[in-house]
Amino acid sequence: MTPPENDRATDRVQDPHHQQAPAPEAANPHTAGHSRRAFLFKLSLLLNGAVGVVLAVPIVGYLLGPAARKAAASSWVPLGPLSDFPEGQTRLVDFRNPVTTQWDGQTGNIPCWVRRISGNEFQVFAINCAHLGCPVRWFAQSKLFLCPCHGGAYYADGSRASGPPERGLFEYNHKIVAGTLMIKVGKMPNLARQTACAGKPPLTQSPLTQIQGVGTTLAASSENRPECASCQG
Amino acid sequence: MPGLKQRSIALYNWFEHRLGLGAPAIESAVHPVPASTSSWWYVFGSAATVILVLQVVTGILLGLVYTPSANQAWASLEFLNHSVQLGWFLRALHGWGSDFMIAIVLIHMAQVFFFGAYKFPRELTWIVGVLLLLLTLGMAFTGQVLRFDQDAYWGLGIGASILSRVPYIGQRLVDLMLGGPIIAGPTLTRFFALHVFIIPGLLLAFVGVHLWMVLRLGINEWPMPGRIVTRTAYARDYQDLTHETGIPFVPDAAWKDAIFAAAIMLAIVACALFFGPFGPTGQPDPTIIQTAPKPDFAFLWIYAVLAYLPPALETPVLFIAPTVIILGLLLLPLVAGEGEKHWSRRPVAVLMVAVIAVTLGVFTRLGMYVPWSPVMNAWTSDPIPPAYLHNRTPLERQGAIVFQNKQCRNCHSVGGEGGLRGPALDSIASRMTEDQIIRQVLQGGGNMPAYGNSLNPSETTALVRFLTTLRGNDLAPAIDASRHMAITGRLPGASSDGH
Repeated sequence: MTPPENDRATDRVQDPHHQQAPAPEAANPHTAGHSRRAFLFKLSLLLNGAVGVVLAVPIVGYLLGPAARKAAASSWVPLGPLSDFPEGQTRLVDFRNPVTTQWDGQTGNIPCWVRRISGNEFQVFAINCAHLGCPVRWFAQSKLFLCPCHGGAYYADGSRASGPPERGLFEYNHKIVAGTLMIKVGKMPNLARQTACAGKPPLTQSPLTQIQGVGTTLAASSENRPECASCQG
Repeated sequence: MPGLKQRSIALYNWFEHRLGLGAPAIESAVHPVPASTSSWWYVFGSAATVILVLQVVTGILLGLVYTPSANQAWASLEFLNHSVQLGWFLRALHGWGSDFMIAIVLIHMAQVFFFGAYKFPRELTWIVGVLLLLLTLGMAFTGQVLRFDQDAYWGLGIGASILSRVPYIGQRLVDLMLGGPIIAGPTLTRFFALHVFIIPGLLLAFVGVHLWMVLRLGINEWPMPGRIVTRTAYARDYQDLTHETGIPFVPDAAWKDAIFAAAIMLAIVACALFFGPFGPTGQPDPTIIQTAPKPDFAFLWIYAVLAYLPPALETPVLFIAPTVIILGLLLLPLVAGEGEKHWSRRPVAVLMVAVIAVTLGVFTRLGMYVPWSPVMNAWTSDPIPPAYLHNRTPLERQGAIVFQNKQCRNCHSVGGEGGLRGPALDSIASRMTEDQIIRQVLQGGGNMPAYGNSLNPSETTALVRFLTTLRGNDLAPAIDASRHMAITGRLPGASSDGH
């Protein structure tokens, strides 16, 4: 307590309550009035603590909002008609991310590598290196994806060839609807979702292709397949 | 003009009567410090503070124009560079100020460590200083993001990829960092808030605490071998020293701080004038993938370490090493709070600083020329030296074309040009036999991809024939010792004449 408040406290000793009090207590600030004010002060602290909690809940909720959002943000986007993708080639294709804000500008455009193995067999790779997310480039002559950052290299089927990546390229789920190649995209591909389905067979052995309206056996087999580790989105 | 002087004093007194800040400020300015602290070694802390002021001022000025929108940020930087009068200079000052600040903060830290200044009673000053270092690096990283160009975009990708490796909550952390599903508008705005409000606020508050403790505990005296710090005697010793050799900080010691700060400011201005602002590099358009992203100078060493870590060690090292380093720095004064201060009696401390400095220097240097990165355009831009084609058979020349066409150059140099990821091939045939070369090309291994699927037999033959001609300055070709023995029944070199 600062001195002026002490002075005031002693001034108040003149009021009726304190005149009834015994002499030693009058000299002592620990009077009935003081303890009442101290109690009220503690009560006010408690009240402010409660207000703080009331405020903190929405603030923390606001802050954690992006993390709380469900992965349902992913959806199917078209990459173009099948005729855009010659068999045996790997091409760079841009798409607009399904979730963007009006001020995202060009950052909302995402590239990916589309590999048409043959017929309706496709692989769609994320642009991001599985090491640290840098953009990998396809070299058709040596049939390698190379990363400019730390030299990660991948084979044509996306499997790891050399360098620091621990695994192959991330792959998007894809399907063919009415002659259009579609992929399921949403969040930026990264290593975090790999752990959720570790131990699944690598996609590269049997591409995950759903062909609607063509032969039920193939469609059924791909529907039964759980979303594999490589598939992002 | 006695009238003016009197009026000025009256004005000062008018304010001082109401504010009461002048007297304590003067008192702390002229407080006595040990004469030994008036040294050119004691100028780095104040210089860092002065640069911080420069950064705040230039930062606010840039804020007059900068637009923290993913769609517009890059354009607003270009606008600052080219269309705002002296906008380029303000950007250059802010960018160079940031590099100088990190450098001065690190030098300050090394000096404090060398002089044992973190020991009793200044442990907390050191701990707050460690937090200030982390905040300074935080400012550097978030500032690099605000320079919203290709490097910033992919730098965010690297940051998100690192965070995604955190066990269990990796995806949540990535979501929090990006503020949305991808690197986009919400990512930039949260880094803007960090760079402009949150980290500077913390930085200024901690600088205040740091300075307050320097004033309260006194500037560390010049260490002497054998003058041991103990919790019981230090305060009295320091008091005696100040009493015996004390000089007023202002002006007797502070003039060196002031001159050094001015020199540093001039150096920043000179760098800004001569070298100009940093970037922005290409637009933050992820569909432009012809880019080799690189972090700013202060983080190059991390970029290099990430290239050299074995894949299996990467995730543990990424999270355990920083924790250990930061905890070690924070706990240092609590563990070694007493004892010798002088560097001549602390060989381990000196060795540590030397090793750390050399390590950081080496990795930064490596980060500058990225030997681990393939040179993405080497196969089309770097020619084969004519000497390597001279007097070669058509098949061998065909092999040179295969060599070029299959992008071998991106990782292997020939004639000093090409990638440094794999070994230079100028004398490969003196190290590997034809069989070994064939095996290496087709199956890969030792960090080289297998080319079995991208080379047909005739290409392989031609390529290997070309490679077998590369023997440097006509070194002897590599031979298979076992084959020699199988054919002749003798050890190679063990000829009949005894040699």
